[in-house]
Amino acid sequence: MIVDVLTGGVRGGTAILYAALGETIAERAGVINLGTEGSMLTGALAAYAVTAETGSPWAGVVAGAAAGGLLALVHAVMVLGRAANQLATGLVVLFLGLGLTSMFGAAYVGRAISPFQPYPVPLLADIPWLGPIFFQHDPLVYGSYLLAPAIWWLLYRSRVGLTIRGAGERGEVLTAYGHSPQLVRYLAVVTGGLLAGVGGAHLSTAYANAWFEGMTAGRGFIAVALVIFAAWHPLRAVGGAYLFGAALALSPALQARGLGFNQFALDALPYLVTIAALVLLGRRRSNAAPEGLSRVFELTPAK
Amino acid sequence: MSIRRLSRRSVLAATAASTLAAVLLAGCATNTTTAASTGDAAEAPGTGGTAIGFIFVGPKDDYGYNQAAYAGSQAVAAAYPDLEVLTAENVPEDDNATRVMESMIRKGAKIIFATSYGHKDPALKVAAANPDVVVLQQGNLVDGDVPPNFGTYFGTVYEPVYLAGIVAGKTTKTNKLGYVYAFPISQTLDNINAFQLGAASVNPDAKTYVVNTSSWCDPAKQAEATSSLLSQGVDVISQHQDCTATIIRTTEAAGAYTVGYHADASELAPTGWLTGSEWDWGPLYTKMVRTVLDGEFTGSEYNANFRVGLKTGDNPFVQSAYGPAVDEETKDLVEQAKAKISAEDGSPFAGPVVDQAGTVRVPADTIPDYQTIESIDYFVDGVVGQIPSS
Repeated sequence: MIVDVLTGGVRGGTAILYAALGETIAERAGVINLGTEGSMLTGALAAYAVTAETGSPWAGVVAGAAAGGLLALVHAVMVLGRAANQLATGLVVLFLGLGLTSMFGAAYVGRAISPFQPYPVPLLADIPWLGPIFFQHDPLVYGSYLLAPAIWWLLYRSRVGLTIRGAGERGEVLTAYGHSPQLVRYLAVVTGGLLAGVGGAHLSTAYANAWFEGMTAGRGFIAVALVIFAAWHPLRAVGGAYLFGAALALSPALQARGLGFNQFALDALPYLVTIAALVLLGRRRSNAAPEGLSRVFELTPAK
Repeated sequence: MSIRRLSRRSVLAATAASTLAAVLLAGCATNTTTAASTGDAAEAPGTGGTAIGFIFVGPKDDYGYNQAAYAGSQAVAAAYPDLEVLTAENVPEDDNATRVMESMIRKGAKIIFATSYGHKDPALKVAAANPDVVVLQQGNLVDGDVPPNFGTYFGTVYEPVYLAGIVAGKTTKTNKLGYVYAFPISQTLDNINAFQLGAASVNPDAKTYVVNTSSWCDPAKQAEATSSLLSQGVDVISQHQDCTATIIRTTEAAGAYTVGYHADASELAPTGWLTGSEWDWGPLYTKMVRTVLDGEFTGSEYNANFRVGLKTGDNPFVQSAYGPAVDEETKDLVEQAKAKISAEDGSPFAGPVVDQAGTVRVPADTIPDYQTIESIDYFVDGVVGQIPSS
């Protein structure tokens, strides 16, 4: 039972994890992208469509990343190039994604694909408890195991990360060193969209194995919330994503065993857990927020 | 600073414009309503129109409920080439539906099909405002008196589900069947109960494990629900969802068996497909339209909560074709059961029906009528799981 819930947590949390890792990079550079949900959705459709046409889910992931990144580029152009409000633009980008996928996705509802298959890691998959929870998944899950520490290293141990964080704290300093903070932010936002697109690809080509209108069902917003809950730290985002995934997996796991519980409380649990975590951890770590983000709430464009 | 001021100004302008538009629209709608209701009252409702309107709650190509209703509307279009068939997809179950139906009436429709359960209240509103228009509502029930230009209709969905339950009960090796459903409405509970009753009629050890997703279509939740059933040893999975592909593919990938719903999805489960239930609305829609056009709607069987099943005529909800895993013995059992529930004294819910707590809900030798069955609010004995409650 517990193994089931945790396995479901990893499986269901992976899409959110990719999006949250991407959004961490974007917010570290000082740009919040509420359009992450839209990037996930376009990523899910593009990945599904390309997998259906080519037969290769890997080609699908590349297409999903490209589609998610392209939508994020719209956000970047609006907020960085045209100095539009980040929150409002993010929502517009989300609805753009919803509309586009609804229009182009109709042809792929009900199309069959050859999805990613679970690939148990030799030896590791046989470990009791840990094996089924972590090592009997599809390749994209394993990819996220590598990506999270890689992004941590990138942000905190590399010169590139210093530049990204610089863009999110004090853009002027970067300028003084001869870098363009706007260019860094552009790249960070687009990278965020790319990863959200990979998250969407995981949903449609590895997890649900189907495309349906609006199938991300708010997971992109959860990812944005997780970034804050994780205090803009990529490794804490891993825990947050799996916590949310496990909370989602709890309800079916209980029901499949005939265990009764307040259904509405169970349905609300993932969101309650996220809100509770935000409230409990958010205040203490509020000083961890990139300084550039505070400008969002003062309605001043990133500079 | 200038940017902020500009955007605030444009927001104000947009708000003003949309308010104006809303006022204008509301004015239009009221005018037409009055005009329509002062029409010639001597004519029978529903006659003399140039169009027939259909509204759907979802997209017309969802491989499910809405696609089936849309196919029915196209059958009507083929049967009555002189009438224009108006269709509207993704119509929400609120006042927007009222507006869409009113606009169809303005385009000449005198017959409206409101095809979703939640379209009932807007449909009643439109019928009250337009006595010369017949409004037919799919799936819901009117309490008390049915207005002279209104009717609800539906097939007995649980009949083919019961037959599919027989196939599931004969096929399972673990005696564990799974059912993924969206919400505990009576239609869903009927289906789950009929599925279990059908399975238990041929396999007394069969039990049905239920998981709900609290959504008509959330593929990720469906995947999780299916995985948790499979990890419990369930080897036949059925469902009551609007989008069906995820559950079927997840089941097939695990080597388990599928019982479909809404549409024939056997191509998604080439080895595991057993059978299923699917809609065939065309004949019933066409018959209802004929009655209305003949001026005989008021007082007819359709001017009521009309339910059609194996006993009363052709059920628009039919059993899907069998998959390769079903043997001849099972098919014979299904034929026998079909004859039995089609008979005057037969029903999937023929007593005794016992609920999970052991209480007898339908006494022995009793056949509940359609209304009783459609108000079932319990799981029968053999269903494992609880109805969500707060």
